[in-house]
Amino acid sequence: MKDDIQKDASSTQTYTLNFGPQHPAAHGVLRLILEMDGEVVERADPHIGLLHRGTEKLIEYKTYLQAIPYFDRLDYVSPMSQEHAFALAVEKLLELDIPLRAKYIRVLFCEITRILNHLLNITTMAIDVGAMTPLLWGFEEREILMGFYERVSGARMHANYFRPGGVHKDLPPGLTEDIAAFATRFPQVIDDIEKMLTENRIFKQRTVNIGVVSAEQALDWGFSGPMLRASNVAWDLRRNQPYEVYEHMDFLIPVGKNGDCYDRYLVRMEEMRQSVRIIKQCLEQMPEGPIKVKDYKVVPPPRAEMKKSMEALIHHFKLFTEGYHVPKGETYTAVEAPKGEFGVYLVSDGSNKPYRCKIRAPSFAFLQAFDLMVKGHMLADVPSIIGSLDIVFGEIDR
Amino acid sequence: MIEAFLPILTVVGYALLVLVPLLLAVAYLTYAERKVIAAMQLRIGPNVVGWFGLLQPFADGLKLLHKETIIPSRSNSIIFLLAPLLTFGLSLSAWAVIPFGPDLVIGNINVGVLYLFAISSLGVYGIIIAGWASNSRYAFLGALRSAAQMISYEVSIGLVIIAILLSVGSLNLMQIVEAQQTVWFVIPHLPIAIIFMVSALAETNRAPFDLPEAEAELVSGYNVEYSSMTFALFFLGEYANMILMSAMGSILFLGGWLPPFHIIPFTWVPGIVWFALKISLLLFIFVWVRATLPRYRYDQLMRLGWKVFLPFSLIWVVLTAAVLMGLHLLPGQ
Repeated sequence: MKDDIQKDASSTQTYTLNFGPQHPAAHGVLRLILEMDGEVVERADPHIGLLHRGTEKLIEYKTYLQAIPYFDRLDYVSPMSQEHAFALAVEKLLELDIPLRAKYIRVLFCEITRILNHLLNITTMAIDVGAMTPLLWGFEEREILMGFYERVSGARMHANYFRPGGVHKDLPPGLTEDIAAFATRFPQVIDDIEKMLTENRIFKQRTVNIGVVSAEQALDWGFSGPMLRASNVAWDLRRNQPYEVYEHMDFLIPVGKNGDCYDRYLVRMEEMRQSVRIIKQCLEQMPEGPIKVKDYKVVPPPRAEMKKSMEALIHHFKLFTEGYHVPKGETYTAVEAPKGEFGVYLVSDGSNKPYRCKIRAPSFAFLQAFDLMVKGHMLADVPSIIGSLDIVFGEIDR
Repeated sequence: MIEAFLPILTVVGYALLVLVPLLLAVAYLTYAERKVIAAMQLRIGPNVVGWFGLLQPFADGLKLLHKETIIPSRSNSIIFLLAPLLTFGLSLSAWAVIPFGPDLVIGNINVGVLYLFAISSLGVYGIIIAGWASNSRYAFLGALRSAAQMISYEVSIGLVIIAILLSVGSLNLMQIVEAQQTVWFVIPHLPIAIIFMVSALAETNRAPFDLPEAEAELVSGYNVEYSSMTFALFFLGEYANMILMSAMGSILFLGGWLPPFHIIPFTWVPGIVWFALKISLLLFIFVWVRATLPRYRYDQLMRLGWKVFLPFSLIWVVLTAAVLMGLHLLPGQ
């Protein structure tokens, strides 16, 4: 340290601080090279790629069905939303229209996923600024939500539940009642967490006017989701380019005013309440009926049928070995994932595997703007800004 | 021959009489903290080692004891090892002047308050030495913050003490307690009692002023390079300091060993029990605050210390003096 200061003393008084990749506030494997002037950050240089797994390339060597689990593992706190984008993209190329019940189930679980994601983000942001109790309260609820995941798909996180052509299985008996019970009880938990944070003077001092991003900057840097909405741009794909049954849903899109950490926190809080509203509407409106298309070239035939029908058995065999061929074409399909616009650019050459699958991860764009947000703030603001970015390295590094 | 050593032996005996219960109290303070915070966070807390997890502090201590003491290769090892000893030693030596009851004190000196104040001020050395000797940027930043913080808040604690001294007319801790026979100082001096409590949080580096060891930004601040017993000494020192500040708070404001009312059932209870109860109450506040509040930022902490607490406690000192003068209540008049 002494050496560095003496070396730099001729030009500037700054020193570099290595923040991460093993740092409790780095939200994964973020490595920041911070150029510091005392406690003030002059420049932040995020180093990424420590969690690179080559997802996009791997998908090129997998059939369309085999590619879905990779999407769970991108942003591992909101798995189903990403399966959703891929499923929608494949359906677009196949020109499939899935049954209404499947659409409702998808929307229901997308909103559960949104709560799952925002609970994690808000509470970890709170712990980054030093309030540790909301984390424990929030995780209690996440546990329940992951229970819903498990009951519907068999896995608590990596669900692999949304498939091109619908969803894997119908909701098990009793699940809708339990989700309804959760939806009536959960707003109370949001209130409790708000009581701890929203009007807390120290929390406000730590977040108001920290990491401000103007509406123009937010658009320039490719922000989406709560990050964009906190900067007072009312853009939400669920409203602006409705997919599934979002156009039948009655919900509000919260926007912030200043685009600082506090507004991002408030936007996410309100989005959770709106998600609860959507969940309730889904449960009310959900019709009975099939949960996947009848086209056995794309979805596996019922097991009972395979015992009697030769054709069904062949379909099953072909589906799980060769997979299905997707017509030539390309599509960019995006969904409003909890973090922002999650897009899949899918190119098909008519074979059973994608020719190219480019993934547009929202947090990648947020991290790019990190230097912009953190410049001139203090070291203690670095964790609160990282917390408010809501980044997950699974999807940044892919 | 034995007579020559007798005074030394008695002092050592007295010291052990204080220190052994104190270290036990430190051990169980960590346990109580974990249990209380667990309850606030809808958890169970330690419940595996012993009944209700009662042996957990000893399990933790033993674990730390048999770990390797890692000394960073680029550190100054002698100073590096000296720092935790200093912190721990200072946090214990302050207890020499704390009166536990009407006659229960090791050193009944006339400058008791000043002694306490001096010892707690020296505590900053342990931390800044640790930060410097570790030769790590995180530790160094933590130590710098800590030094600035502890010095700033000592100023307001000092002024709080002056206000109390004006009302008592003595620096002797026994006399400060005796002066509260009629009314505890927390009632006439409520605003500075609160300032004292907040400053005590800052002085002991506890939430919301735990930024020297802020987990989120500095990983754990000045003690980041410490392991094993060297870390344990810091840890014990910090918790012993919490108990010390609580003891100081109960002596200055809550009437030390005095019962709340001088009527029969209360006066039956020995003074030391009252003292322990008052300390426990203040310690509960320490823990409660930790579970509730986020952490201040460095500059905000400084602003609070210098721009809010310092002027306020200064005004209170002047006010106290004026009221005592005006009503001819100054002690010794």
